[in-house]
Amino acid sequence: MKITTELVDHICGLSCLELQTEEKQDMTAQLEQIVAYMDVLNELDTTGIEPMSHVFPLKNVLREDEELPSQDRAELLACAPASDGEAFLVPKAVE
Amino acid sequence: MTWETVIGLETHVELATRTKIFCSCTTRFGGAPNTHCCPVCTGMPGALPVLSRAVLDYAVKTGLALGCSITRYSKFDRKNYFYPDLPKAYQISQLYLPIARDGAVDIRTPAGDRTIRIHELHMEEDAGKLVHDPWTDRTQIDLNRCGVPLIEIVTEPDFRTADEVIAYLEKLRETLRYLGVSDCKMQEGSLRCDVNLSVRPMGSTGLGVRTEMKNLNSFKAIARAIAHEADRQIELIEEGKRVIQETRRWDENKDATYAMRSKEDAQDYRYFPEPDLPPIELSEGYLESLRAAQPELAEAKRERYRRMYGLPEYDCRMITSDRALAELFEGLVELGAPPKQGANWIMGEVLGALSARGKEPKDMALTPPTLARLIALVGEGRLNRNTAVKVFEAVFDTDGDVDAHIREHGLEQLNDDALVRETAARVLAADPRSVADYRAGKEKALGALVGQVMRELKGRADPRAVNAVLRELLAQ
Repeated sequence: MKITTELVDHICGLSCLELQTEEKQDMTAQLEQIVAYMDVLNELDTTGIEPMSHVFPLKNVLREDEELPSQDRAELLACAPASDGEAFLVPKAVE
Repeated sequence: MTWETVIGLETHVELATRTKIFCSCTTRFGGAPNTHCCPVCTGMPGALPVLSRAVLDYAVKTGLALGCSITRYSKFDRKNYFYPDLPKAYQISQLYLPIARDGAVDIRTPAGDRTIRIHELHMEEDAGKLVHDPWTDRTQIDLNRCGVPLIEIVTEPDFRTADEVIAYLEKLRETLRYLGVSDCKMQEGSLRCDVNLSVRPMGSTGLGVRTEMKNLNSFKAIARAIAHEADRQIELIEEGKRVIQETRRWDENKDATYAMRSKEDAQDYRYFPEPDLPPIELSEGYLESLRAAQPELAEAKRERYRRMYGLPEYDCRMITSDRALAELFEGLVELGAPPKQGANWIMGEVLGALSARGKEPKDMALTPPTLARLIALVGEGRLNRNTAVKVFEAVFDTDGDVDAHIREHGLEQLNDDALVRETAARVLAADPRSVADYRAGKEKALGALVGQVMRELKGRADPRAVNAVLRELLAQ
């Protein structure tokens, strides 16, 4: 698969990233390499093989509906760049 | 040209579980901002989500009730998008193998009966809430709602009118409440509905370009938004313009929709399997146990009440409007109350008392034995209907002891014929005016006389007996 500058721009848009021209060039080359790995996998004949979404032989991992105390709010808010003591704060995001 | 409106619905329902879908934080509505949160629901790196068994049970129960086939091997996917109400930058949802598919809901409208096909039902997590502070020009994020379990129920584009949409939503709400999987409070956002709408020339089978409407917070808003959006699209087409596929927001105050974002460039969710959650494999035994435990739903109850008890359609509808009311009714009948009497008390006194107190049927203290006792006493003629209503008011809030209350307040009906006769004679002697009026043909005068006798006897007599005795004495 060919990674184009337009595709990198599109991915930047989706990821809310702003890259400099030079960074974009780096990124285009790197993504090209990463996607090339997939081409190796594509060489394998997978006809008749069920697609797999998980590598561990686990299923039905469930918990009971029992309430546990939530985390201390101050500790949670301390993980964010900005808060007002009650809420996380971000630049204007509401339309 | 005549146009046909084509509508499909996506309904999000918050499940009434105690805890969130992937962590053990409470799902209680409200609460101080960010106090119902933990590393999982705030999207901290390295936190591991674990699915709640109750969410799975509720989703499967709902799927069964909506006639869906249940997906025996199901899994979760990540839906990626950037918006600050979603701290992980992806929502855990189900795209490829939703828990249920291909259901059907029968609806009834004045224009006739219809079947609405259910495309799919999937489990996902709710997002947080954003509040914009205009003073600081910052957005505050409250993640209490983040991770509250949702099921999204997607219909096929089978609706043609707003009436059909409302009938479907009412039926859905009734079903979800009967199952006990959600309280479906639109005003608290536990039932939210997005409307996908397009128009096409009548008789055409293709689909026009659709828009999706959000922020519809009441049935009324949904009906108005449908009418407005259909008109807007028809007008565009008739003017030779085209409808753009986009999300539009309903503005209740302005009575109009406006564009939020264009679907073409914004929505690229890059779904992929959620590696943190192992797949779900459901056994036939599990499905069988849920099928066996499904409660009888409102429609089946209505049909049964009509057939078994000969109750009118209206009564059946009223007493099945809530599962707690239907259970009260069934309790009364089981205790020997005549079905019509039971229905009358529920439609009159019980609903009246609940609405006066702003309470929901499921929160009432009154139990079937208490109301059944009251109905029995009236039936035996030991309590007149008016006094019974007073006793009902007295015992309603605490499920009090009917007999004790009657004893304490001396309310038992007087069946002392001699006393009624004697009192009636005294009242007639003291009020020659009313007697003369009655004899002159003024039927109304009798009412006044009955009232006087009832007052003399402190309301304990049977008004019908008093009436009869007075007529007899006046005829002499």
